[in-house]
Amino acid sequence: MKKSVKINTYVLMLLPALILFAAFNTIPLFTGAYYSLTNYRGYGSYDFVGLRNYIDLFQDSRVGGSYLFTFKYAITGTILVNVLSLVLALGLNSRIRFKSLLRGIYFIPNILSGLVVGFIFGFFFTYILPAIGAALGIGFLSSSMLASEKTAWIGVLIVGVWQAVAMNTIIYISGLQTIPTDIYEASAIDGAGKWETFRSLTLPLMVPFVSINLILSTKNMLMVFDQIVALTKGGPAQSTESISYLIYNNGMSGGQFGFQSANAVVFFVVIVAISVTQMVITGKKEEQL
Amino acid sequence: MNWIRARFCLGEKEEKLSKSGVIITTLLILGCLTILIPLYMTIVIALKSPAEMTNDIRGALSLPSTFSLSNFAEAMEITDFWHSLANSFIITGASIGLALVIHSMAGYAIGRNMVRKKGFRLVYFYIVSGMFVPFAILMMPLVKETAILGLDNMLGVILLYTVFYMPMNVMLYCGYLKNVPMEIEEAASIDGASVWKTFWTILFPMMKPMHATVAILTALGTWNDVMTPLVIISGSESTTLPLAQLNFQTQFGTNYNLAFASYLLALIPILIFYIVCQKQIIGGIANGAVKG
Repeated sequence: MKKSVKINTYVLMLLPALILFAAFNTIPLFTGAYYSLTNYRGYGSYDFVGLRNYIDLFQDSRVGGSYLFTFKYAITGTILVNVLSLVLALGLNSRIRFKSLLRGIYFIPNILSGLVVGFIFGFFFTYILPAIGAALGIGFLSSSMLASEKTAWIGVLIVGVWQAVAMNTIIYISGLQTIPTDIYEASAIDGAGKWETFRSLTLPLMVPFVSINLILSTKNMLMVFDQIVALTKGGPAQSTESISYLIYNNGMSGGQFGFQSANAVVFFVVIVAISVTQMVITGKKEEQL
Repeated sequence: MNWIRARFCLGEKEEKLSKSGVIITTLLILGCLTILIPLYMTIVIALKSPAEMTNDIRGALSLPSTFSLSNFAEAMEITDFWHSLANSFIITGASIGLALVIHSMAGYAIGRNMVRKKGFRLVYFYIVSGMFVPFAILMMPLVKETAILGLDNMLGVILLYTVFYMPMNVMLYCGYLKNVPMEIEEAASIDGASVWKTFWTILFPMMKPMHATVAILTALGTWNDVMTPLVIISGSESTTLPLAQLNFQTQFGTNYNLAFASYLLALIPILIFYIVCQKQIIGGIANGAVKG
């Protein structure tokens, strides 16, 4: 009797979370999947079209373009962010002066609004950088990089990386701090060089943190939205249209509610697949060590 | 012996280390410029009048000739600054409050039962799997749903945040409880305290370090978020700080001095919070990432 009372209390404590989660995560998830099978425009009446949207999706060049941009952005971004933040973390964790002040400054980009940072950099890319380029006689800098189809994605990438590095650096620093210092002392006694120590000692011990960071930054970069809104609005000529931005733009106001729902379902599956793959791969790496 | 030898070796290397230390420090200080220059640019442009602005390097980066706060006054008026600041405070504050209460209760119920009870384990995976659901797939259905429920307002945004941060927070609370021995509750149970009372009087206060992490992660995520308020409340009268910047940009984006004053205003509250609680924020994030 007493035991069942206990369990009931636990169930009651769980209930608010469960109800909210079901109402605002599970139900919209299924509604979205349902609409993806219709030609709903966001208003008015609609019909079932079966898998029509999904078939169209794979033939739609705009959707294809958004996947191309998003992956190009996420892959380059993830690599850049992780290399930069690992280097920064090694620097910030070594014996240096002004350690806490420097750490404090390097973390600032992470707390700032992505939208506002995007606006500020937008101005910088449009006016300041071309002026610097013209003054120094560097041809490719002298026009705004956001105005060209070829380079606009680099502008978005710079802002995305600028903000994301901070978070990964903190995680890498806390990883470096879990490595006991006497290991380094032993390796120094053995006469190992700096690079040797890093490659055969630090890096293997950092694998769990590399895997956290890879999963986190890939996921965040795949969902890029704020920077696009602030910098390019998907342009020029849809060259920087991310998947999230396309779903927002065409689904909310472009009359493609059903079609973009199908796009969102595919996007969801892609994210799950990538995250699971990353976890399996890095999990195996951890076991090997 | 080993200890002495290690010490000795370090002593020998000291000079070399400090030399490389100087180089690293210098490089890191130079690297800081990539962060400080954009911030400096924002501040000087915000302080200048449009007459002083020329679209070249000097126009953007030189110090203003007269010190004037008129851009700020005007930007505050146009973006309805105090109103959107208050809204952002309410939304972030309420989201944190709900997260601390609802997520810690759920984390406790799951954490204490998932080892023995399959149902709780299932609920754990059900909630944590929400981490993989991108907002893009929920967005359009949520706009419809909140409108039907009459939640296309600030309360709706708060409830949505409570759901969006639930997977991470529940996972953090569950992880934290693994290191809290069951004996505490067993003792309380023998003394006749109910589960409910034990949680609120003993466990909840004990989870203070995790509350700090949860509060900071939830606060940073909700304060800067644009997408949720954009789709849920952008039509209504209430706006949040980032949303006000977006509306401002589309209407007055060409007056850069005014725009930058407005950007700076939007950044100041979180910068103050960061300067005051820097240690807790960085600690909280490191804690959250490592435990998660």
